[in-house]
Amino acid sequence: MIELENITKTYKMGKIEVQALRGVSLTVQSGEMVAIMGPSGSGKSTMMNIIGCLDKPTSGIYLLEGVEVSHLSDDKLAAVRSKRIGFVFQTFNLLPRTSAITNVELPMVYSGTKNRRQKASDALERVGLLNRAKHKPSELSGGEQQRVAIARALVQHPAIILADEPTGNLDSKTSLEIMKIFHELNQKDGITIILVTHEREIGEHARRIISFRDGEISNEEILAK
Amino acid sequence: MKIFDSIFLALHGIIANKLRSSLTMLGIVIGVAAVIALMSIGQGAQTFITQQIQGIGTNLIMVFPGQASNQGVRSGAGSASLTMEDAAALNDPIFAPDVAMVAPSSQSQESIVVGSVNTRSPILGVTPDYQFVRNWNVSSGEFFLPSHVDARSLVAVLGSSVAETLFGGTDPVDQFISIRRIKFRVIGVLGAKGGSGRGNSDDVVMIPLTTLQTRLSRNFGSGGATRVSDINVTVLTPDKIEDAKMQISEILRERHRVAPGEEDFTVLSQEDMLATLSSVTMVMTIFLGAIAGISLLVGGIGIMNIMLVTVTERTREIGIRKSVGAKSRDIMFQFLVESAALSFTGAIIGYLLGLLASNLINGANLNGVVLRTTVTPFISFLAFGVAVAIGLFFGIYPARRAAKMDPIEALRYE
Repeated sequence: MIELENITKTYKMGKIEVQALRGVSLTVQSGEMVAIMGPSGSGKSTMMNIIGCLDKPTSGIYLLEGVEVSHLSDDKLAAVRSKRIGFVFQTFNLLPRTSAITNVELPMVYSGTKNRRQKASDALERVGLLNRAKHKPSELSGGEQQRVAIARALVQHPAIILADEPTGNLDSKTSLEIMKIFHELNQKDGITIILVTHEREIGEHARRIISFRDGEISNEEILAK
Repeated sequence: MKIFDSIFLALHGIIANKLRSSLTMLGIVIGVAAVIALMSIGQGAQTFITQQIQGIGTNLIMVFPGQASNQGVRSGAGSASLTMEDAAALNDPIFAPDVAMVAPSSQSQESIVVGSVNTRSPILGVTPDYQFVRNWNVSSGEFFLPSHVDARSLVAVLGSSVAETLFGGTDPVDQFISIRRIKFRVIGVLGAKGGSGRGNSDDVVMIPLTTLQTRLSRNFGSGGATRVSDINVTVLTPDKIEDAKMQISEILRERHRVAPGEEDFTVLSQEDMLATLSSVTMVMTIFLGAIAGISLLVGGIGIMNIMLVTVTERTREIGIRKSVGAKSRDIMFQFLVESAALSFTGAIIGYLLGLLASNLINGANLNGVVLRTTVTPFISFLAFGVAVAIGLFFGIYPARRAAKMDPIEALRYE
């Protein structure tokens, strides 16, 4: 499903070059639930951006569902994101002044999908928020906003959902609810879930934890369930 | 992404910021309104002048003293003069076969007194042919007879507005007017030609040319030649205008002993005058339009400014859109449609305001001249097209900036 081979990423900050990833190889099977952990600056966010086709590696091979995507044009990457990948962010990243259901419809606007309202309603129902469909993000709690964001991520039936610190802004009870949704999507729908987190407790929801340090994979453990 | 979605999104963006959007639009609104209003005045002036000159008649040639330069009439050149004898010489069936009638005239500005009423009007010394040469009707009484000219009679024909001023509603025929304490008997009143204020052709008193020359004018030429202000010539048919102009020039050059190119007189047909004045008003119209165009440009820069602010403000939104699959061109289109919609709406409002202003100005009396405004489809189209083009042009840079944003940085933007 996801095959990364010797991925490097170098940023230029003025004249200084920063190596965010120093040759990472990683394979994620379809239907897996993986956690990427590591302190800030370890390269885990860069890893997520590359997996999510938001960024291109400086070198290395990235096969997504058997297709080499590391050298695709920006527009092709946008198409991949729209169809195959769902994002969930720490800060929810919903459009303000826009109702929950319209937010969920957003990916379908860009892919030209029909029946948007119905599909968005279905997705909101999956996360148990259909009754709040007309509410704007500012009228929703943090947990509710994150559930809207999850609905938006799953509405296109993606292969992968990438969750960047999805519970970072939520209390522990709400965090558990959110994690429950991820488990469900993983087990019932078979969506591959990649969690990026620095909280061990959240990471332990996954079956495999990959730890990053200084732009490299420092440790990999498989949790017994 | 469907076009309909983009337009809906752009309108949503505009409505979300009502005050800002309307202030941004204001630049375009004022620009378009100014273009419409100012150019309608210019166009109106052009129409007015054209009508005035066309009213003179298509088969008329006017001869003035003084040489014409390329740009128009340079009048009052020192020794240049036309005389009664020049006028008589033009009435020559052999050397000027295309000339129909010749009517010299002379002008003086005098006070006219009737009882306690006093008015100052141009006094025109004319011959009987003048009536036909310049298309005058007589509404009451009669025009001059050759005998009036021969006898230097003290008779006058009043323009309709002078008659109204001096005699009110009563018929002036056989009444008397005084010019320089000389009593003139009114023998006729001219039909109104229209027009208003200064230069109104109805504000005139006509007397026989010979009477003007002997009783009122002190301006005699040398050798007893009697000067005239201009000579009006009609041509048998309008297509002989150019031939007649050549014949007139030929005769006058010979009489004045000047070489071609050194004439001390100017021969102008109605078409010549129309061409000169039209080019003047054309320049004026373009000039007014250009001034208004500058405000349109400023309005366009205002749009660019606000769009740049909007793009920066909505960086995060752009990041979100890109992360869920928006292509660069989707983002570009969204912002481009937004700025185009701003300028388009501004152009509509400006157009309506411009029409309103043009209607308000229409009929305004400026120092005796009534302004007439005309909004032509060309002006409307021009103002509209330029406004929308400016909106698009100045929207391109901000839209490109939005489209080029890196989604990761955009998402991180606070």
